[in-house]
Amino acid sequence: MMSRPGSHGSCPVPVHSAERIEIGHGGGGKLTQRLIDTVFRPAFAVSDEDLTCDSAAIGRSEFELAFTTDAYVVQPLFFPGGNIGSLAIFGTVNDLAMSGARALAISAAFVIEEGFAVTDLNRIVETMRDAASRAGVRIVAGDTKVVERGKADGVYIATSGIGEIGSRALIRPQEVRVGDAVIVSGDIGRHGMAVMAARESLGFEPPIESDCAPLFGPVSALIDGGIELHCLRDCTRGGLATALIEIARCADVTIAIEQTKIPVSGPVRGACEILGIDPLYVANEGRFTAIVAGGDAERALSILQRHDDAAAIIGMVGERDGSTDAKIRTIGRTRALDLQTGEQLPRIC
Amino acid sequence: MRFVDEFRDPDGARSVAEAIAATVTRPWTIMEICGGQTHAIVRYGIDHMLPDTISLLHGPGCPVCVTPAGIIDAACTLASQPEVILCSFGDMLRVPGHEQSLLTARTGGADVRMVYSPLDAVTLARENPTREIVFLAIGFETTAPTSAMAVLHAERDGLTNFSLLSSHVLVPPAMRQLLADPTNKVQGFLAAGHVCAVSGYRDYHAIPQRFGIPIVVTGFEPLDILQGILLCVRQLEENRADVENQYRRAVRHTGNRYAQAAVEQVFKVQGQAWRGIGWIEDSGLALRSRFALFDALNRFTEVHVSPERETACISGEVLRGVCKPDDCPMFGNLCTLEHPLGATMVSSEGACAAYYRYRRVSGAA
Repeated sequence: MMSRPGSHGSCPVPVHSAERIEIGHGGGGKLTQRLIDTVFRPAFAVSDEDLTCDSAAIGRSEFELAFTTDAYVVQPLFFPGGNIGSLAIFGTVNDLAMSGARALAISAAFVIEEGFAVTDLNRIVETMRDAASRAGVRIVAGDTKVVERGKADGVYIATSGIGEIGSRALIRPQEVRVGDAVIVSGDIGRHGMAVMAARESLGFEPPIESDCAPLFGPVSALIDGGIELHCLRDCTRGGLATALIEIARCADVTIAIEQTKIPVSGPVRGACEILGIDPLYVANEGRFTAIVAGGDAERALSILQRHDDAAAIIGMVGERDGSTDAKIRTIGRTRALDLQTGEQLPRIC
Repeated sequence: MRFVDEFRDPDGARSVAEAIAATVTRPWTIMEICGGQTHAIVRYGIDHMLPDTISLLHGPGCPVCVTPAGIIDAACTLASQPEVILCSFGDMLRVPGHEQSLLTARTGGADVRMVYSPLDAVTLARENPTREIVFLAIGFETTAPTSAMAVLHAERDGLTNFSLLSSHVLVPPAMRQLLADPTNKVQGFLAAGHVCAVSGYRDYHAIPQRFGIPIVVTGFEPLDILQGILLCVRQLEENRADVENQYRRAVRHTGNRYAQAAVEQVFKVQGQAWRGIGWIEDSGLALRSRFALFDALNRFTEVHVSPERETACISGEVLRGVCKPDDCPMFGNLCTLEHPLGATMVSSEGACAAYYRYRRVSGAA
C-alpha cells in the first residue's frame, strides 16, 4: 500500500490505486471520497448541494407519488444488451411505470466486493448514467459499501425510485374486469435467455440480446391515447406466466391466453427448445402486459406496435371458474398456468 | 421455426386426429416410451384429440425418474467430500435420493455444479487440477455417447482427477421386460425418437417378432406423436407387427455409428437397477476395466450405492404403465411439485409432473 509523499513519521494514509476496489473504499474516508469524485460524481452529475446533505431534495409534485425499491443481483454482470447497471435503472423506472408513474429520482446503493476492477465499476455507472438519461430520471443519492473478497459476487446494486402518477385513472390489478383484453408489449424471453447464454457460455447464433429498456414511453402513449388502462405488470422474474397468474389472483378473475398468439423471437424459441425451458416463464426486462378494456384493445395494440411491432393481443379476462387463475389454450386443450416451482433447470436430453 | 412450426400446426394436428378416428375400430392401448413425449402429449392435449378407444400409457423413458435413489445418495456423499466437485445435468440436481437431493447437499456446503455436457466437466477437471471432478452420468442411449466422449477426452489429456458416477440405462431391455410381464397392457409402442437417432432401430425388430406388437419410432412434436399413433393404429387394425419410422427427419435405421462406437469403446452392457422398476438384465452401461481409473466408485471405494428402500410412492407402477399419475391417492395433495414424494413428480420429464403441471384444467380447445 502506498503512503502519501512527505508523510514519513506519521500514520500512512492509503491512496487510491485506481485499479481495484479495496476495503477502504467503503470506509467513508479519503478512498471513499476519491471513489465518489472519480467514479460516481462524474457519471451521475450529482450537485454539490446534494453531496453536502444526507438526503436529496427532489422538488414538489402536484400529482400523487409512487415509490419503489429493488435489489439487483445478476451473473454475469455484463451480458448482451446491458449490464447490472442498466438493469437497476430500467428495473426501477419500470416498476414505477407499471403504476402509470413517470420516474423523477432514483437512489442507488452499491455493495462491491474487494478486488473488483474499477474499470468495470466505471462501465457499470456509465451505463447507469446513459440508462437514466434515456429514461429521463435523475440519480440523486447513493451509498457504497465494500465487503471482503469472496463475500459478494462482484457488485450488488439496490435502487429506490420515486415517480409521479399523472393519470387520474387507477392502474392496478383490482381494476381488471371480465371482458378486458390482455396485451403483451413485445416478444418475450429475451432477457432471461441472454443472461443464461452469457452465464453458461452457450454461444447461440445469432446471439440473444436482453430486452432491457425503459417502459414509461409506451405506457404514457397508452395513457395519452385515452386507453382505458386497468392494469400493467412488467414481466420480470417468473416471466409472462407469473405476471398473469398474479394479476388474476389479485383481481379474482381468470385470464385465458392463446399459445399461438404469444410473440417469441426465433432465436429465443430455439434456445428454449434446446434447453427444455418454457419461454412463458423466462424473465424479461423490457416487456409488460397491459390489461385494457375490451373495446380499446385494437387501439391499444396499434399504439404499442408503434414502439414494438411484436406487441400482440394474447387473450382475455374471464369469470373466475374456481379451478385456475390463468390458463392457456394449446392445440388440443386448455390447460392451467401454474407458478413455477423453483428455478427452471435445463433438461437432460 | 423449420421442423418445429409445421409439427405444431393445429389444423394439421386435427386432420391427423381425424384420420386416427377414421381408422380405429376397436380399443387399443399404446405406450409412449419417452418422458418428453409424455410431456408433449399432456402439454398440448394430444390425448384429448384421440377417440376414447385409444388409451395412452406413459412409459419408463424419463432418464431422471429411473435413476436409482441409491445413486443420488452416492453422489451426495461424494459431493460432500471437500476435494470433490460433483457435476450433473440441471434437472438431475433436484431429484431426491433416500435422504436429500444434490441441491439440498449444495445448500449444506457441497460443491455441486450444473453442466450442459459431460465435456464441460472434463474442462472443469483440466482447470481444477487439485480437485476431483465427478460427473453423475445418467440417461439413455441419447446421453451415453457424450459420457463416453468425456472419458476418452480425459484419457487423451492424461487427466487423473476426472471420473464418472455412471448410471446409464438402455431402452430395449426395458421394453422387453414390460412386455414379458403378465400384467402388461401395452399393445403398441411409440419408441423414443431421440434414442433411435443415436442407436438406430435395428435392434427393435426382434421385439415385434417375439411379442407380436408394433413399434413406431416417433418424434416429440404434437404432429409427430399423432402421426406415430396413426401408424401404430393402422398396424394394429391390420394385425401387423413391424417397426416403422415416423421420425425420418432425424432417425436413420442404423443410427449414429460414431456415437455408437464411442459407447462401445468405453462401456460394457450389464444388469442395472431402475428406480421404481427394479433390476433389468442387460439394461445398464458400466465402464470397461480399461477405464477403471475414470470410475468414481472405483476411485472412492468408501462410497457405495445403497439398495432401494420401500416407499409409498407408486412411481414404479406409473413407469410400467400399470397405472396413471392421477390414480395415486397422494397425487396433487400429499405429492406436488412443491413437495414431491417420488422422481416422477420431481423430474421435468416425469409423468406425474406433467399431469400436475398441465392437467388441472380440462376442456377441449
